[in-house]
Amino acid sequence: MAAGTDITRAPATGPAGDPAADRPLRIRPVTAEGLLTIGGAAAAALALDWVLFERVLPFTGVLGFWVCWYVLFLLCYAGVAAFQWNGRAVRDKVVTVALATSGLLATALVIDQVGYTVVRGFTAVRRLSFFTQSMSDTGPLSPLTSGGVGHALVGTLEQITIATALSVPLGIAAALYLAEVGGPAARPVRTLVDAMTALPDVIAGLFILAFMVYTVGLPKSGFAAGLALAVTMLPIVTRASETVLRIVPGTLREAAYALGGSQWRTVLMVVLPTARSGLATAVVLGMARGIGETAPVLLVAGFARGYNWNPFNGWQTSLPLYIYNEVQSPELADHARAFGGGFALIALILVLFTIARRLGGGVPGELTRRQRRQIARQAAARGRTAR
Amino acid sequence: MAMSAHRPAPASPPVDEDTPRTIVARPSTGDRIFRAVLRGSGWSVFVITGLILVFLILRSAKAFKFMGLGFLTTQTWVIYNPQHFGIAAILPLGILIALIAMIIAVPAGIAIALYISEYSPLALRRPLVALIDLMAAIPSIIFGLWGLFFLEPRILGFDSWLGRHLGFIPFFRFRLSTSVESNYATSTFIAGVVVSLMVIPIVTSLSRQVFSQAPAGEREGAYALGATRWGMVRAVVLPFGRGGVIGACMLGLGRALGETIAVTLIIAPVFHFNFHVLETGGNSIASSIALDYSSFPDAGSMGLSALMAAGLVLFGMTLIVNTLGAIVIGRSRSGLATG
Repeated sequence: MAAGTDITRAPATGPAGDPAADRPLRIRPVTAEGLLTIGGAAAAALALDWVLFERVLPFTGVLGFWVCWYVLFLLCYAGVAAFQWNGRAVRDKVVTVALATSGLLATALVIDQVGYTVVRGFTAVRRLSFFTQSMSDTGPLSPLTSGGVGHALVGTLEQITIATALSVPLGIAAALYLAEVGGPAARPVRTLVDAMTALPDVIAGLFILAFMVYTVGLPKSGFAAGLALAVTMLPIVTRASETVLRIVPGTLREAAYALGGSQWRTVLMVVLPTARSGLATAVVLGMARGIGETAPVLLVAGFARGYNWNPFNGWQTSLPLYIYNEVQSPELADHARAFGGGFALIALILVLFTIARRLGGGVPGELTRRQRRQIARQAAARGRTAR
Repeated sequence: MAMSAHRPAPASPPVDEDTPRTIVARPSTGDRIFRAVLRGSGWSVFVITGLILVFLILRSAKAFKFMGLGFLTTQTWVIYNPQHFGIAAILPLGILIALIAMIIAVPAGIAIALYISEYSPLALRRPLVALIDLMAAIPSIIFGLWGLFFLEPRILGFDSWLGRHLGFIPFFRFRLSTSVESNYATSTFIAGVVVSLMVIPIVTSLSRQVFSQAPAGEREGAYALGATRWGMVRAVVLPFGRGGVIGACMLGLGRALGETIAVTLIIAPVFHFNFHVLETGGNSIASSIALDYSSFPDAGSMGLSALMAAGLVLFGMTLIVNTLGAIVIGRSRSGLATG
């Protein structure tokens, strides 16, 4: 209510010409009462939870304790809030807190997964030759001081290169079809691309196994794995590229047409260069997804313990496949190696991810790109005047 | 809405007199070739889907011929001699994992999406979106490692808590000895929890996109009528985003049904259907394929054909679910930004 009166007061003094009076009212979402209510409710819930778990009810278990604490916390918070605010405000506040915890939980989960793998992987990775050695001289009982992921790194890089080389041109061309040609015929294509982004990864492997390996006669190899990865990456690249192409301003296209450009020249010289950084982001994100796929590779790459540089001949291991194999061994040293492989995999993905963020500045085609272009244009203008 | 429907009516009589000339665009040869190439690339997605179907059907024919309708009703999965196999156990067990995943992931995903698009401070919004993108890019093998080594030892206590105090719910009934901790391990429930974490980013990112497109005018209208933020979300954002959220959930379900490696690492495969989700053992079509594929180097073998048949069922099921989801999303999207 106080906010309402403030708002009506502000314009009354505004026309007098005093700029200070015209300052917009700052509504503070965080207040002392709010924080104290949350803190009090949290403490009360903790105490009540402890009494319930340790004294009253026969409950046990750490996770159960915290789940109960959270439910009690929400109830306490609603109760304490009801002393101060009306029903609608209470509901609003409880929902706000519940949604904020969900965001916090997601953050904690991602940090936990990445952190846990990296920390446990550190035991193996501490020895830098882990990244260059292969498993060819490492027996099932060898200590952690032997063996490494070198051969798996080679396999991953070769396979993802093959998959990218195949899926990116096709994916971007398909995205151009959806964004530039369009029409009613494009609608089923878009629907199917959306549907195929959630294609079960094992199906891609099974398909290449049935088609390429058993029908065409291609041997199980890194190339077959690259083909399977290309099948899983194609819809992802198409989908992401289409989103980027759609935000290329229509005025640019119209300007190109007005200058007499044909459609293909417009696309090649205006649309694609404009969307370049966003497309790069789409490609890199697709690669990040492809690098981590296990199931397609599992079925068609075979498995090798040593280096195999030739993707067209002989079995090849990739990082996820290496982890999958090591983790199924009962030996602790193998588990440590699996986490070492996880370390390498997460490092690769984080590098790709950072590149994608740098290139596209967030979700493909958000404001930053235009801002960057604007800055470049200003710099160019400045350079010209200086000369 | 009503305004825009009425506005053209008074203006139409004068407009009728100068109907614009219809423009017939005649694309040049270069353009025609260009468009044909693009069209071919676009339709290649159909070609690939078709090829997948054709080859799975070709390769699975032998198994279907051998088992007939029994393929759908047999629970055992013996693909060595004497062969007797069917998907009556592994299909529903896999669906159970997906359902548990959806029960957790849908509320969580929508909550995170609402938090990011409606509640989070502006400075946090981009990092959170990046975080969800990163969560989507974390490979399933890492989820599997995390689930096996980090989550499983910690969730066993919660499992037994559920089993002892919520055991009156049939799904949570626990018939094995509760004092043996490993009776809770490798269960459908744990696999479902891990898969749910892989579905959350899909539900979140698609829902968030729809939520953020809710029209600003209607939001402000709700606030002007005195709604709290939650009141505005309930009255404007959620109804607006309903279609998108349903589609997002269906795509998430498709992902959950097909998840392979994380499930394979966590469950201990069983071949009889058991809906008591806390008890040890579970299965899914995808993980059966991943576990058994290596036993059949021979292209014509019955075992391989059985795997292809199971794969065909999985592919058909996820394709239907995903396509429905994509149609729902497409519909909610076409009403919004682009024509």
